Amino acid sequence: MTVGLFIPCYVDQFYPNAAIATLKLLQRLNVDVHYPMNQTCCGQPMANSGFEHLTAGCNNLFIDNFSQFDYVVSPSGSCVLHLKDHLHSATEETKARGIRKKIYELTEFLTDVLEVKSLTARFPHKVGVHQSCHGQRGLKLAQMTELVDQPFSKPLQLLNMVEDLELVPLTRPDECCGFGGTFCVIEEAVSVKMGKDRVADHISNGAQYITAADMSCLMHMEGILKRQNSQVRVLHIAEILNAQEQ
Amino acid sequence: MSTATKDHAALSDIFNADEARVNWHDDTLWFVRAKRDKAAHTLPEWERLRDTASQIKDNVLSNLHDYLLQFESNAQHNGITVHWAADAAAHNRIVHEILNDNGIRQLIKSKSMLTEECHLNEYLKEQGVDVIDTDLGERIVQLAEEPPSHIVLPCIHKKKEEIGTLFHEHLGTPEGMSDPVFLTAAARLHLREKFMTRRAAITGVNFAVAETGEFVVCTNEGNADMGAHLADVHIACMGIEKIIPQRTHLSVFLRLLARSATGQPITTYSSHFSKPRPGQQMHIILVDNGRTTQLGREDFRNSLKCIRCGACMNTCPVYRRSGGHSYHTAIAGPIGSILAPNLDMKKYADLPFASTLCGSCTNVCPVKINIHEQLYKWRQVIVKEGYASPAKTIAMKTMDFTLSHPAVYQKAGKAGRWFLKHIPFAVNNRMNAWYKQRDMPEPPKQSFREWFKENNTMQKNNSDE
Repeated sequence: MTVGLFIPCYVDQFYPNAAIATLKLLQRLNVDVHYPMNQTCCGQPMANSGFEHLTAGCNNLFIDNFSQFDYVVSPSGSCVLHLKDHLHSATEETKARGIRKKIYELTEFLTDVLEVKSLTARFPHKVGVHQSCHGQRGLKLAQMTELVDQPFSKPLQLLNMVEDLELVPLTRPDECCGFGGTFCVIEEAVSVKMGKDRVADHISNGAQYITAADMSCLMHMEGILKRQNSQVRVLHIAEILNAQEQ
Repeated sequence: MSTATKDHAALSDIFNADEARVNWHDDTLWFVRAKRDKAAHTLPEWERLRDTASQIKDNVLSNLHDYLLQFESNAQHNGITVHWAADAAAHNRIVHEILNDNGIRQLIKSKSMLTEECHLNEYLKEQGVDVIDTDLGERIVQLAEEPPSHIVLPCIHKKKEEIGTLFHEHLGTPEGMSDPVFLTAAARLHLREKFMTRRAAITGVNFAVAETGEFVVCTNEGNADMGAHLADVHIACMGIEKIIPQRTHLSVFLRLLARSATGQPITTYSSHFSKPRPGQQMHIILVDNGRTTQLGREDFRNSLKCIRCGACMNTCPVYRRSGGHSYHTAIAGPIGSILAPNLDMKKYADLPFASTLCGSCTNVCPVKINIHEQLYKWRQVIVKEGYASPAKTIAMKTMDFTLSHPAVYQKAGKAGRWFLKHIPFAVNNRMNAWYKQRDMPEPPKQSFREWFKENNTMQKNNSDE
């Protein structure tokens, strides 16, 4: 089984540790991971701004980089959802369809494909889990509070395998953080207010770390935490699942 | 305050100047969302009810023509006068004509979002007709000379102290009195006199039943009933999408409506109007006003399933923190943002962007409208129709070029350098918008790609370069 690792552009540029943790975690689970060097972006920034018609170049590049693998895995629910919903190609539609079916967000790949039952990880801290909307409501990584259905959570299933990790409950377990791509600057006031409220929920419930399966939400919340001089840190879930603190 | 020239972002900015008020607004509406959750969870069959409602509406939208004619025929048989209005202007004119025919210059009106959409109150005022809204929330915003900020809770943006001041000015309640029970009693007395004396009553319509020619109006205050039962002329105004095939389908919709709207098991009054009482005139106006255009838009026709419960507003994290008026349209929130561009794409080009696409609206929608997907699709339509700014278009083309060419990206993107200038979510280099209240991520020493190049010789897997 070969896996193509897709590291979203902003993770590559700003959060290499999340990417390194993802790579190492997959390697420790004996996955044959490949990182195609010519990858860039999923095209979502353009598409969510209404410019999906401009994403042909991005899409074809993505297809060139990733169609050869059995699976494509990425540590970002939002980018994965975008590709699942919108990766198309005028010339390579069969390959595009193939990728739409074989692309997985990291945590769902671990729980559903690798069927991971245990991890060697220790993270003795209080952690609040931010349910990133595109992962949760789009990829259905966890049950949603709006629906009348059985609870489940793929990220929590994995975090529960981490030794000495203490999960903190939230007052609003799945409210959006307000990042929203270009929304964060176009609608600056509401975006920041949403972020402040999310961060406050984690802090008031005693979180030392906020984690998520999406770095973009965390980047937004980190920006707010830092501005508040808060000691609370953000960490991508891969960094916690790969943590070996003694 | 003129909202004509300001977009959702600018209006939200103003709303957010008072953070304590935003917190209060958010908490108030979250409370309603939580009540909705509790009510939904009491019904194990909730999701099946939503599916069923959605499918009934699919049937309605596919057979709208036939159901409307069936309704017309049955309503006429019952003695109701049926009118057809192609647009808001025609609707308003018909109302005015009915009033003129009966020599009526004063009327009362219970809640009808359609009349808000058609700006009926303003029109009638210009014609010298006096309208009193009888829904308490609507009456409050009417006294304040504001539009409703929410389709179910019209004055949810107002604090009780502000209502007390309004009532002091208009209804003569004691200054500083803000006790809700006292104020409600004052409104009751004030409205009672109107109910008793006004000869015409306008109501909205929640559901019109094709097989019986009856229509159902849901209120919690009974104000639609008091108005309609006392008036000589009852005019009901409805959008053509409000039709349902059979009376039995009410058993699905009435269970969903109140639970979704306020968390009540059922609305206090669900009144069936099927024929005028002796001596009374009953009119119903069937209004298109863009609905058939929307029906023809394949990606957006589902929006016509809406039963106006307001659940998408209560759950929307943006609505809760921007207020209904920031949407500068009669129907605010997520549903309004997918309905309004159909009416005026230029004027409402901002609304589909006033969302993070979190998807909570879609999950609470009792008729399963894929609201957040339609927001995404409207964005594509709006850009293609030329309503994006030239600067944004250039920025997007630059971004696309860089992200389609790995060599350009790699050269430009050394550890965050390119991103700090052209970060994908910072269109038009509006970095200040990020930085105003948030710190930037610190560019690391190496990008992941650079790290990988240095370290991949030590890894057991190689790149595919």
